[in-house]
Amino acid sequence: MVFLSNLVNGISLGSIYAIIALGYTMVYGIAKMLNFAHGDVIMVGAYIVFCAAQYWNLPPVLCVIAAMLVCTLLGITIEKLAYKPLRQATGLAVLITAIGMSYLLQNTALLIWGANPKVFPSLFALDTIWLFNGQLAIKPETLITIAANIVIMTALTLFIAKTKTGKAMRCVSEDRGAAELMGINVNRTISVTFAIGSALAAIAGLLLCSSYPQLMPTTGSMPGIKAFTAAVFGGIGSIPGAMLGGVLLGVIEIFGKAYISTELGDAIVFAVLIIVLLVRPTGLLGKPIREKV
Amino acid sequence: MSEAANLPLLKVNDIHVYYGAIHAIKGISLEVNEGEIVTLIGANGAGKSTTLNTIAGLLKPRQGSIAFAGMPVDGTAASKMVYKGLSLCPEGRRIFQQMTVRENLEMGAFSRPNEEVEASMERVYGFFPRLKEREKQVAGTLSGGEQQMLAMGRALMSKPRLMMLDEPSMGLAPILVEQIFNIIRGMNEAGTTILLVEQNAQMALSVANRAYVMETGRITMEGDADRLMHDDNVRKAYLGS
Repeated sequence: MVFLSNLVNGISLGSIYAIIALGYTMVYGIAKMLNFAHGDVIMVGAYIVFCAAQYWNLPPVLCVIAAMLVCTLLGITIEKLAYKPLRQATGLAVLITAIGMSYLLQNTALLIWGANPKVFPSLFALDTIWLFNGQLAIKPETLITIAANIVIMTALTLFIAKTKTGKAMRCVSEDRGAAELMGINVNRTISVTFAIGSALAAIAGLLLCSSYPQLMPTTGSMPGIKAFTAAVFGGIGSIPGAMLGGVLLGVIEIFGKAYISTELGDAIVFAVLIIVLLVRPTGLLGKPIREKV
Repeated sequence: MSEAANLPLLKVNDIHVYYGAIHAIKGISLEVNEGEIVTLIGANGAGKSTTLNTIAGLLKPRQGSIAFAGMPVDGTAASKMVYKGLSLCPEGRRIFQQMTVRENLEMGAFSRPNEEVEASMERVYGFFPRLKEREKQVAGTLSGGEQQMLAMGRALMSKPRLMMLDEPSMGLAPILVEQIFNIIRGMNEAGTTILLVEQNAQMALSVANRAYVMETGRITMEGDADRLMHDDNVRKAYLGS
């Protein structure tokens, strides 16, 4: 029973990583950059939900929508102001800018909301579900997180496969110059990618703080790094890879903490990543890099 | 109306293009009239592809002007040129390897309204029956000749007034080259004006109406394709006899 409970918690935590990892993997696939500020967009999203619920007394649905709107705008603005001018620059310049943007967001949050942790309100007014004669407790946050993950994955996969904008994203990801020749506006496509990634970050922020209700300006950074790990683990650039990598990472982390050592939980996660990358350098579902003939 | 008919479809006037400090195109002027096949021949590194990429908007000329259908287009982004009726089938094909044949063709029609796509697809399949057989196959698994057909079909999907082809014969077996050039002639007869860049001067001159010869960033000769085919200098330099 403890095993089952750990498994459910692992999948739930992994679902949050998966949703964050999507943002990393989409931006990497299409804009060819690592947006290290992504974790901090999650934190901003969580603060917006917090303010909307605590100070403005908005109903839960509006809290989520407000956070998604703010994060979408934030994501597009970050891309326009910080990354777009560096489109022709080296990868390192963009990477350093992204790290700088991450600190800028954290410190701005520190300025606005202070360093004291906020207790995140519970938005889901549902009862805990008891299974197996009360031996297995499943919290509503856990179920909602897993459900949200499945819905988001399905919707995003369909969006990329079927819609005109989704197909344009795949073209930009594969060959930016050829995409332009088709009449695809590359800058607009990259903006849309950031918008989607950031809106997902807002949802991830809400889910993260619902399960782990302590909110600080640095709340986003560790999950951000782990989700990035999950994206690499699954094969960066691949959407099913982000899903698989995220869920596996969550399960490994919870099992590692439960059965091996609580303190070493994070170390175990990264050790697994190192081993996977030694065996499969492109990640679990990543495409092998082919030499152009 | 009658005035527009007399204007060339494409008029490139004294363009200069640089790669950083390298002066790649040193003042090129050329014209393509509606309905023609015009070819641009020359050795490797003469600047033929650079010229096409500049007309398509992928590169910006530092000097000079480009007019398409009577409107100035130099400095227009590549993604807008296809909406004006100009498409480029780029060097090295650059098809979307991970998409299916059908998806590649759909992307070729990105600039067109959705309801037109089916009819354009049928038209392209008319020129390239092989592509219809391979419709659901992932493009990266096609043979070289099929990939070239896909690249040309994709460029045709935008219903261009002017189609620019960059080295369509590159790396293909002689029998396929023949086939590709027959299709180029067919596309032209069906109403598409063509600007063709080729290293295979023999083939290019045999299908073209007019030709320009390029050497190290400049045009050194121009005229009717038939006349150039029998010109001694051209024969020595490009036709190997």
